[in-house]
Amino acid sequence: MNEALLRTLVPQVIGVLVRRGTTFATAEDAVQEALLEAHRTWSDRPPDDPRGWLVTVAQRRLVDIVRSESSRRRREETAALEPPQGPTEHGDDTLLLLFLCCHPSLTPASAVALTLRAVGGLTTREIAEAFLVPEATMAQRISRAKRAVSGQDFSTPADIAVVLRVLYLVFNEGYAGRVDLAAEAIRLTRLLAGESAEPEVAGLLALMLLHHARRDARRDEHGALVTLDEQDRSLWHTDEIAEGVRILSAALARERSGEYQMQAAIAALHDDAPAAAETDWVQILAWYDDMVVLTGNPLVALSRAVAVGEVDGPLAGLRALDGLDAALGEHHRLDAVRAHLQERAGRDEEAHASYLRAARRTTSTAERDHLTKKAALLRSRSRTR
Amino acid sequence: MPKYLLLKHYRGGPDQLDIDVPFVEWTPEEIDAHMAFQHDIARVLQENGEFVDAQALTREGTWVRYGGPDAAPVVTDGPFAEAKEVVAGWFMVDVESKERAYEVAAWVSSAPGKDGQPIHEWLQVRQVMEDRPEES
Repeated sequence: MNEALLRTLVPQVIGVLVRRGTTFATAEDAVQEALLEAHRTWSDRPPDDPRGWLVTVAQRRLVDIVRSESSRRRREETAALEPPQGPTEHGDDTLLLLFLCCHPSLTPASAVALTLRAVGGLTTREIAEAFLVPEATMAQRISRAKRAVSGQDFSTPADIAVVLRVLYLVFNEGYAGRVDLAAEAIRLTRLLAGESAEPEVAGLLALMLLHHARRDARRDEHGALVTLDEQDRSLWHTDEIAEGVRILSAALARERSGEYQMQAAIAALHDDAPAAAETDWVQILAWYDDMVVLTGNPLVALSRAVAVGEVDGPLAGLRALDGLDAALGEHHRLDAVRAHLQERAGRDEEAHASYLRAARRTTSTAERDHLTKKAALLRSRSRTR
Repeated sequence: MPKYLLLKHYRGGPDQLDIDVPFVEWTPEEIDAHMAFQHDIARVLQENGEFVDAQALTREGTWVRYGGPDAAPVVTDGPFAEAKEVVAGWFMVDVESKERAYEVAAWVSSAPGKDGQPIHEWLQVRQVMEDRPEES
């Protein structure tokens, strides 16, 4: 069975049902059930017209769903059943669904879950596995999200910035399970980029590709983190880097800059260096300067301090950390960056303490292990001197 | 979203509150009300899409450790009168924020006890670590 095709069809079929007057929530339920049936039967008897098959089966399920719903539920739905202002016939249903699923009224976690199911075509079980929660919990999260957006006007696009944020979360947040959520985020962002002239959409797609290209080098054979400067660059996927750079260049040419384009530009400069020592830190620092001005985000200022450390030396980098304590407080990354700069400045004892403080504060076991090991390395080095 | 473990205690917390003693003085109705409250919490968390797990632990535990090569495990039975804290069980939730985890913990702590009054038990809230590096 062609899983990719099936998943591409899901949002289209939901779109067909919604245009025929079904509420989004009910249409999504029906298509999800049709999807499960497709998983069961297509491997033996693949249909000639998969899209038509899904529409027919979903339509049949729709009848069942409407019949079996309690009267209370039906009363609730009546309000939402007002004829949705359907999208124009030639409008892309997939994109409209994406905007609906990323409605600003949803919490980020709800938008992520709903997007993966209604637009990504993943099953509830797959999404639950990816986020390490019970399937019943994920089912509730999705069904609440659907109720929340069911009254929303189907034709009014949500804020594109929210959509991009949700896609970025999908890219970053998947942990485990069968499905590669980063690849899924790229697929959805690619869809959006095909329809939107907004340069930040292209910027985000480029950013994802340029990061995803390094996936095989990011962990060693025991699953431990490998930092950018120590990665085996021959493991990077050059085709993805090339595509990311191409998309980014086209976006930058439109001269409407934004945070995702800037982040992508920095990622591209890293990806472009044949070896860590050949990294163009001067250009990277220039991008961070711009990004600090644009966002005012203290975490960006923190990353900028690393670049300052590379361009002007570790003491300058440490000076660039001044004033960030108030904004970042207990954030482990402040201590991790400080430790890195102190180590480069030869202040091993201070670096050791900073690494340990960072290790205590991180909520990631992979980062904790990495930081603890850095501290241990410093200590064993000072012993052997 | 971060996960938090809300650790319930038979005994322990900042003021060493011991809710074991009053518990045995409750009427059957008060115990029913208390248990119904715990089930409600799990149900509402489930409906919110925030529930991960809830478990209760037996009162007594055993300390076990490695006894050395070719030796049996070293086993020490309780009860341990000197133990400052006794974990009773937990809720694990998957929530938007630390503040929301605190809110759920306070709700758990408001469970009814004697005369239907909140028991005010202390819960320890601990974030569950993830393998994935933190987002920058």
